[in-house]
Amino acid sequence: MSEKKGWKSLDKGAVAYKSSRDYETGDWGVAQPKFNHEKCTKCTLCHFYCPEGAIRVRDDGYTEVDLRYCKGCGICAEECPAKCIEMVAKR
Amino acid sequence: MKQKLMGLNGDEAAAYATKQVDPDVVAAYPITPQTIIVERFSEYVADGLVHSEFVPVESEHSALSSCVGAAAAGARAYTATAANGLALMWEMTYITSGLRLPIVMSVANRALSAPLNIHNDHSDSMGARDSGWIQIYCENSQEVYDAHVEAWRIAEHEDVLLPVMICFDGYTISHTMENVMTLPDEDVKGFVGKRKFIKVQGHLGEAELRLDPGCPISMGPVDLQDFYFEHKVHQMDAMEKALKVIPAVDKEYGVLSGRKYGHVNPHRMDDAEVAILGLGSVMGTAREVVNELRAEGIKAGMVKLRTFRPFPTDDLIKAIGDVPALGVVEKDLSFGAAGSPLYEDVRAVFYDAGSKPLIANYAHGLGGRDTSMAMIRGIYEDLLKIKKNGRVEKTMNYVGLRE
Amino acid sequence: MSQITLKDMAAKPDLLCPGARLCAGCDESIIVRMVLKATRGPTIVTNATGCLEVATSIFPYTSWDLPWIHSAFENTAATASGIEAAYKAMRKRGEGPLAKYPQLDVIAFAGDGGTYDIGLQALSGAMERGHDFTYVLLDNEAYMNTGIQRSGGTPFTAATTTSPAGQVIPGKLEWKKPIDDIVIAHAIPFTATINAAWPLDVMKKARKAFEIEGPAFLHAITPCARGWRYPPEKTIAVSRLVVQTCVLPLYECRQEGGDVVYELSAPSLAVAKRPESKKPVEEYLQVQGRFRHLFRPERREDLLKAIQEGVDKRWSILLKKAGL
Repeated sequence: MSEKKGWKSLDKGAVAYKSSRDYETGDWGVAQPKFNHEKCTKCTLCHFYCPEGAIRVRDDGYTEVDLRYCKGCGICAEECPAKCIEMVAKR
Repeated sequence: MKQKLMGLNGDEAAAYATKQVDPDVVAAYPITPQTIIVERFSEYVADGLVHSEFVPVESEHSALSSCVGAAAAGARAYTATAANGLALMWEMTYITSGLRLPIVMSVANRALSAPLNIHNDHSDSMGARDSGWIQIYCENSQEVYDAHVEAWRIAEHEDVLLPVMICFDGYTISHTMENVMTLPDEDVKGFVGKRKFIKVQGHLGEAELRLDPGCPISMGPVDLQDFYFEHKVHQMDAMEKALKVIPAVDKEYGVLSGRKYGHVNPHRMDDAEVAILGLGSVMGTAREVVNELRAEGIKAGMVKLRTFRPFPTDDLIKAIGDVPALGVVEKDLSFGAAGSPLYEDVRAVFYDAGSKPLIANYAHGLGGRDTSMAMIRGIYEDLLKIKKNGRVEKTMNYVGLRE
Repeated sequence: MSQITLKDMAAKPDLLCPGARLCAGCDESIIVRMVLKATRGPTIVTNATGCLEVATSIFPYTSWDLPWIHSAFENTAATASGIEAAYKAMRKRGEGPLAKYPQLDVIAFAGDGGTYDIGLQALSGAMERGHDFTYVLLDNEAYMNTGIQRSGGTPFTAATTTSPAGQVIPGKLEWKKPIDDIVIAHAIPFTATINAAWPLDVMKKARKAFEIEGPAFLHAITPCARGWRYPPEKTIAVSRLVVQTCVLPLYECRQEGGDVVYELSAPSLAVAKRPESKKPVEEYLQVQGRFRHLFRPERREDLLKAIQEGVDKRWSILLKKAGL
């Protein structure tokens, strides 16, 4: 769990003081997506279908994944209409 | 500072004071004997006399839930209930204090079912005594009025941030018209002021403890084993601090109104040999009995307890002094416990105190059964026997029960 | 209504940020991300106890980059009512911390647990009172967070931990509670079903819901890889089948001044126009482990027939309501 503050230094009201961006779920998955931008049609669907919001649409319209958060669920590869995403085993 | 004398019953006094405070949101569900509060407040709304949004919720659980949403959004929120209504919102009472929301609630004390009984006793608010709410008990409509003005300053104090439950006897107080001195509107508004917020560290930076798109925070998280305990101790600490805040607010109110109460109100305790301690309207009757007994040469005294949570140990021990025999009278039972709730707290604090009165418990008035002056006399007679024998034969006594 | 396009919405930052501890492939966060893309300004969220709430708010972390409150399980609609009332009061009075916002949307997220069953009262009350808020039902058809127990939203014959497919009883024997009909019967201005397989439809309906004055209800079917028992990468595919088989068609119902207008959304309208494209419900049931007992050790023709008939009947009733 987290580093422990005592009751005297914790703020009242149990308000979260860390964004979950600090909690990198990327080590959950055993696979990660590989993007073939040659075939990509810039449809942006992978960006919308990613449960984590880990796939970002770049300025040039192609997408890339933030491996700090990718859990390897494989939805992007399964759904890509152009079949340009492949799930590959990590390491 | 011209106060106005009005004829108000307890419910009306609660409604009128709240009208003057003019909270943002009032979300309440009717239940006897609190119904006059919601009805009167609805009239204020319909006549355009308040700015409050009145939310006619579909249950008491939703009443307190709506107040939670409103208070979390930075508004002043008020509700009122009794008996099974309070029981229905039991889950939410713990959540309200856990979220540190300064909601004010009137409780027109009424017996809990089953069997169904719409009359006065304290089983309802006693059932919520561990929920983290400040509990103030009122003897008459005047006290109800005053408490409903003071409560906001207590609840919203930066050292407290706990919800406040103002308890007064159903029917006996809620439906009985009495003389009430009321403050002018501006005085009430000036006293309660505007709600202020503490600053906390949120995940996106420092923020006020409320929901605001300008600086988003998340309220009501999941605590795993590593944080829950600490957050609960926060509430213990707040109760500790409330012990000082309540008399401080009371003192300020005293300057404004000429009336102040403190945690305990002793009467003829200086050289008392027998005394009773209790909450609410019965202590008014007790005061009459004490005066009669004194006139007969009996050294009787009494202590009315106003603040029950936080429990004012020091003030109580001081007020009781070294009276030899003390009767704790209360309108509630704790099935299977060593005694009724008030008795348990009182007995516990005297275990380590300098003086050790003989303490006996007198449960009375359950389900609205009238407690007469004669019955209270009977309690004093019992206490005189206890003092004479130097021991308590029966710790638990039922006053007015048919065998 | 303002324009919503995939390109514009893709450029908007996510208000539900990464790092939440939902299962890999969870549909709830897919829907929530889309709904939050469609926000049009200051927004406050209330959230019932459940998978979404628990996984996104483990102290001291939070995944919510907008104001968010969880209070209890059955009262999301009541909590939302209080926030909406507070905002209204502050605006009317012209003072209070939220008075400065000319517009503030309130969203309530709740699962089928917190909606069909324990939360139905609060939802009904909030709709009757006409609060201006959007209620998003995240329907994974069981109490998933506590271990896949049946809810009023669990479909006929689905196996759950409290309605297991046993030797004698083949899963849940009751039909799915018609929550959309119940909501529509409250005569609220806007009710719609949404499905993550059609992101633009989700976002357009969400935006419409925010813009509507009064209660709006969005029913999202949110497949759960754990509880429905299929591999996580199939979440969108399973979701798509829900519409292609007409198990939960995509439509909206607008009500104003006593008029009730049903409108099929494009994907379901396509099926209505070409009935031969309607997929048999078996195709949907076959890919989920919670319906496994309908096929193995032997096919339960009686139950499969009943399920198909149930789907067909409801579909034809909807077509009639939509004037088709």
